[in-house]
Amino acid sequence: MHLVLVGTPNSGKTALFNALTGSRQKVANYPGVTVERKQGSFLTPKGRQVSLVDLPGTYSLRGRSPDEEITRDVVLGRSQSERLPHLVLCVADSTNLRLTIRLLLELKNTGRPLALVLNMFDIAVRRGVHVDVERLSEALGVPVVTSIAVRKGGTADLLRLTDEVLSQATQSPGPNIWQPLTASQLRATQREADRIVASTVSLPERPDTWTARIDAVVLHPVWGLTILLMVLFVMFQAVFAWAQPLMQLLSSVFDAVGQLVQDVFPTGPLQSFLQNGVISGVGSVVVFLPQIIIIFLFILLLEDFGYMARAAFLMDRIMGGAGLHGRAFIPLLSSFACAIPGIMATRVIDNRRDRLTTILIAPLMTCSARIPVYTLIISAFIPPTRIFGWINLQGLVMFGLYAAGIASALLVSFLVKVLMWRDYQPAPFMLELPDYKMPRARSIAIGVYSRAKMFLQRAGTTIFAMMVLIWFLASFPQPPAGAEGPAINYSLAAMIGKMIAPLLAPVGFNWQIAVALIPGMAAREVAVAALGTVYAIEGGKEAAAQIGQVMATKWSLATALSLLAWYIFAPQCASTLAVIRRETGSWKWMAATFGYMLMLAYAASLATYNLAIALGAG
Amino acid sequence: MTEGIEKRPHLPLGLARRGYAGVIQHLAAGETDSALGDLELESRLIELGFVEGAKVEVLHEGVVGHDPIAVRVENVTIALRRREAMAIIVA
Repeated sequence: MHLVLVGTPNSGKTALFNALTGSRQKVANYPGVTVERKQGSFLTPKGRQVSLVDLPGTYSLRGRSPDEEITRDVVLGRSQSERLPHLVLCVADSTNLRLTIRLLLELKNTGRPLALVLNMFDIAVRRGVHVDVERLSEALGVPVVTSIAVRKGGTADLLRLTDEVLSQATQSPGPNIWQPLTASQLRATQREADRIVASTVSLPERPDTWTARIDAVVLHPVWGLTILLMVLFVMFQAVFAWAQPLMQLLSSVFDAVGQLVQDVFPTGPLQSFLQNGVISGVGSVVVFLPQIIIIFLFILLLEDFGYMARAAFLMDRIMGGAGLHGRAFIPLLSSFACAIPGIMATRVIDNRRDRLTTILIAPLMTCSARIPVYTLIISAFIPPTRIFGWINLQGLVMFGLYAAGIASALLVSFLVKVLMWRDYQPAPFMLELPDYKMPRARSIAIGVYSRAKMFLQRAGTTIFAMMVLIWFLASFPQPPAGAEGPAINYSLAAMIGKMIAPLLAPVGFNWQIAVALIPGMAAREVAVAALGTVYAIEGGKEAAAQIGQVMATKWSLATALSLLAWYIFAPQCASTLAVIRRETGSWKWMAATFGYMLMLAYAASLATYNLAIALGAG
Repeated sequence: MTEGIEKRPHLPLGLARRGYAGVIQHLAAGETDSALGDLELESRLIELGFVEGAKVEVLHEGVVGHDPIAVRVENVTIALRRREAMAIIVA
């Protein structure tokens, strides 16, 4: 038996879905589109196994965006990959019925067996909203049940109804007479819905005072922005700083396991594969988990509380100037910590094109993995002179690198809008500001858990595969017996590095840099260690300082500046590319990101190098 | 609708300031410079509950250029830009 949930955004659909299916759910994407698909299952009191899909929220079946098209196609049975549901559950926020009743009247035309679920019924009762459930069911001609998704046993009526409907196997679906509604038909159904609501629902005199009181502060031009900045600051801190100890703990655990493998197995390809391929490969996936969990914890809390829509309201004009959606700021901000949670966070953007633009520019935000590379080069080449007595030149260069990333992100977003989506109808900013609600721990926990699981299963496999590939390139073929110099210099990575070195000569990179860039694809900061390996510096605590000294003697200032410029733009992170591939469901977008970033990096390095030479820094 | 309200001058909601309360008279999607087509804009507005006779009140204004606006429509709050709100004629 197969059921689907349909409803307007903010109807509490997802909370109901979580209540029904618990942790028995899977989050993935619909094939070929960047739309989240949530599927789960539950048992009815009579022991029926029922599968349930939470369809994207929509106000109508017109299908204005890829998400809404999915809802329409599933309900109409036009979808290739989705089964036709045995029962459509239309979920409504009981405090706010008029828009859902209109949707339900439209759904009736599809002929699918249908039931209305009055969700958040407890809140409605508390606010003094009275719904005559029997009369409503009579007026609509469909079964109506109440539910309280967030309370234990709050879905009992719904489960009973599911059994009842599914046991009436004789209840054959009606004919599908649905057609896209014209404006006047929409108007007529809304009038009909308003008439039904007026005759069955009595509203309290005054609206929810809590929401009005909170909004008076949260949407205030001054206080609202102050609060938003504070929320963003705490979030940034959490992803950036709170995750660090956990990430270090995880990576030291993986280092220890790697060391164990090194001690147990004899030196050779198997030891190297286990230690540097498998264990550091798995480690490089798992190490992102604290950030993913923290970012989704924040996002789900803010979303469930109702703040996300307010934040989008405040940021709309500010982000809109660069052609970005108001909701893009959270993904972009998280990308300063790491592009991977940032790209996963773009799930808050409903519109596919807005989401893709945000994914494309997220890697341009200066992530924390660039910091070791930046600090190393800056401390080796930029003197800590003071300008105007108080500005540290090193700090200024660091700031400049961050600013260059942000500026280029805005520029790319603008260009994408102009060049790629000229036919693009920008989704106009129109969204419901739902009443504030207390987030529920259980629902948040389920949401975070399913996102974390998806990251490990879906993105993890790709990241792992890329790590093994990079390990292979850096390890084979092995140096001949009696060979001198570091082993990496005999590997495929070195061959590729030397092969592309002439291409990189115009930007001032020597072959050692070219070779280090390949293992650096595993993670940006790995390039530092790889440079050390290439210059045959043994590891240890003083290694970084030594690498700096070696670089200062072997590179010109122009080369160093050129490498800094390279790192602002270059797609030097296989994990980010893997996540882009997974989130967009297409190799094309991964290739597009790789290509455009590589071009930007080359152009920026070329310009920087030649300018520096011209100014006498060669 | 009472007599008093009907006598008020018609006004696009896009020009209303914070605190304005009125009743929707009609939709005029053709008279905006929204990026959406007239029909699409009209349909979307109806789906969000902006139909003739609905009570509206401007609750909040955005930071930059008093845009977007948050409008109470019956018992729902909708945020939209002034450019699109020009299609909603109120009195």
